[in-house]
Amino acid sequence: MRGTQIAALTADHPAGLTDALNLVADVDAALTRGLARVGDEDAAALAGLAGAVATTPLANLVAEAVDKIIAGLGTQEYVAALAGARSAVLGAVHDALLGQVDVALGRSRAPWVPIPAAVPGAVSPALAGARAWLSEVAVAGWRGVDHELVAGAGSVVEATLAVPELRRLAVLLDGLAAELRACVPVAMMSQVPQRRWADLWSRGVLLAQDTAAGDAALSVTERVSGRLLPLAVDVHEHDTAVQFQVHALLEPADGGSTRLVRTAVGAAKVDSIVGPALWRLLPAQPVLLAALAQRRGVLVADVPIRGADVHWHDDRAQLDEPVDPFAAARVLLPDALAAAPHPLDRHPAGIAEPVLIEGYAVTDQEGGLTVELDGHRIAVAVDRLPSCGPLTPELVAASSACLGLLRWDAGRWLLQPVAVQATVKRKIVAVHTGDWACGVTDAKVAKADAKAGDAVTVLRERAGRLLRR
Amino acid sequence: MANVDDVGWARRSMARVVAPAQPRKLVKVPFVELADGRLQGVVSSGSDTGRVYVSSITANTHAYHCSTNNNRPCGGLRGAPCKHLETLADEAVLQYGFDRVARYLRVEPDVAVNTGAALLHSLDARHEPSSAAVVFSRFLRHLSYLEVPGSTTALPELHWFPSTRTAR
Repeated sequence: MRGTQIAALTADHPAGLTDALNLVADVDAALTRGLARVGDEDAAALAGLAGAVATTPLANLVAEAVDKIIAGLGTQEYVAALAGARSAVLGAVHDALLGQVDVALGRSRAPWVPIPAAVPGAVSPALAGARAWLSEVAVAGWRGVDHELVAGAGSVVEATLAVPELRRLAVLLDGLAAELRACVPVAMMSQVPQRRWADLWSRGVLLAQDTAAGDAALSVTERVSGRLLPLAVDVHEHDTAVQFQVHALLEPADGGSTRLVRTAVGAAKVDSIVGPALWRLLPAQPVLLAALAQRRGVLVADVPIRGADVHWHDDRAQLDEPVDPFAAARVLLPDALAAAPHPLDRHPAGIAEPVLIEGYAVTDQEGGLTVELDGHRIAVAVDRLPSCGPLTPELVAASSACLGLLRWDAGRWLLQPVAVQATVKRKIVAVHTGDWACGVTDAKVAKADAKAGDAVTVLRERAGRLLRR
Repeated sequence: MANVDDVGWARRSMARVVAPAQPRKLVKVPFVELADGRLQGVVSSGSDTGRVYVSSITANTHAYHCSTNNNRPCGGLRGAPCKHLETLADEAVLQYGFDRVARYLRVEPDVAVNTGAALLHSLDARHEPSSAAVVFSRFLRHLSYLEVPGSTTALPELHWFPSTRTAR
């Protein structure tokens, strides 16, 4: 990434962005106060949302829903239309921002290829439960969330977690409910994280529709073979879930152009499993872990892919030659073909575009790190350095080259470092998020880790003794 | 142009709401949580690996209890919180931080009080028997997460939950 490319991102916002975000903020405020009694201000916000989608296929559905909600009829189908309209606006914001990235970086992106939606299967009681709870939350508003409403999420999470096809919804609801539980009574909070909770709520409502499960990204029509060159691993976690998403370059065996892809593996966990212990939750993915820890390429054979998402099959993967992710990114990333995400996943929070940036200076100002190249600056998302890897803010501050993910939140672009080349004791070292995938390589940290004991083993022992009695 | 570059916490999709739990040894206290209006958890017996104690302290009223998972009262309760409750409180402080535990129990402790056990003894607490079943079933539910199979397809919603090494 060059200085001029940073400038192309940060100089200006895409047209209409500010209006769209202000509209969303007003809707978020309405959801904070709740749909039980919609005041004039919130009625205007909802009408504004209906206006924003008035030229889309959602127009009639949303207009009717907004009328009914304002009249005090917050039933599930109207609430769903509201969530759909909010998601559509943020989907447009996502498209504009990703378009800005593609223009700035000169990145080509294959469009999403729709496949016929599967016929919805039998009515799912788990989905019905989720829809009911999410509607109840919207009617109460965040300010109205109390112990009882939060406790109601428990059975919904349990029911959705039991159905593998509903894992996305289960993981989302569990994460949202944990935050609400920590914040009740929400009425006492000085400020509510209303953008965040409305994001999670809207996505939850969409995933809880009967048609959503049918067209999960699980439906796949394409398969590929070739060489995967891992660039970086991005780690996500909340109390009961962890996900490792590997961004990689795929050189197809049939000689097609290099593709920018990603693959994700995840596990359920509990809140007391944190830090390097997270890697031990993936015993079924030894090839992927070794590829990360040893910085090796991987040969994959006949694996399903949809858009940019490769479905990971450890048994169809084989370790290949060592690969320096910095070198791979330098040579292959500029011309790699990216892919548009699933329409449902179009949200600014999902943007994570791999970039390589070199020869910059890092400054520490206003409590945050900023990368500066040729006089152009981008803030570093220091709070996204994961707990399970060796990358620290100090290493980022001492770095001169960085593999990062471009992120966008609250009106600005951020650089999330996933690997750096930094000068430590007058030597250049490369440090990657995934370095500890097969165990901690830093003696000091390993010692502390060993002293804390193996959380996963202890809990498995307890589960073995107590669960099946 | 409205100032979208300088918007507050409320407009952040990635606003940090809850601090991640801090690592601690789980051998003595495999489970501790702040839920249902209580600081509650499970303490492994020192003598019998098959036995656990269920201990809890209620916020506000500061009623406490400790019993085995079969509801046999803990012998250590003699007019004051037992060692299981002390250990539970200490581990809760390790996991959540002192301030969050104190806030949850609705106490404003003296500055000299800085451990979980000390916090417990600074309370005007009283013993009040309660059923171990609720807490124990929450513990079993907690353990059951380790039996949920892993996933090998993307969970895009987890982008809202980035892992972080900084205390939130």
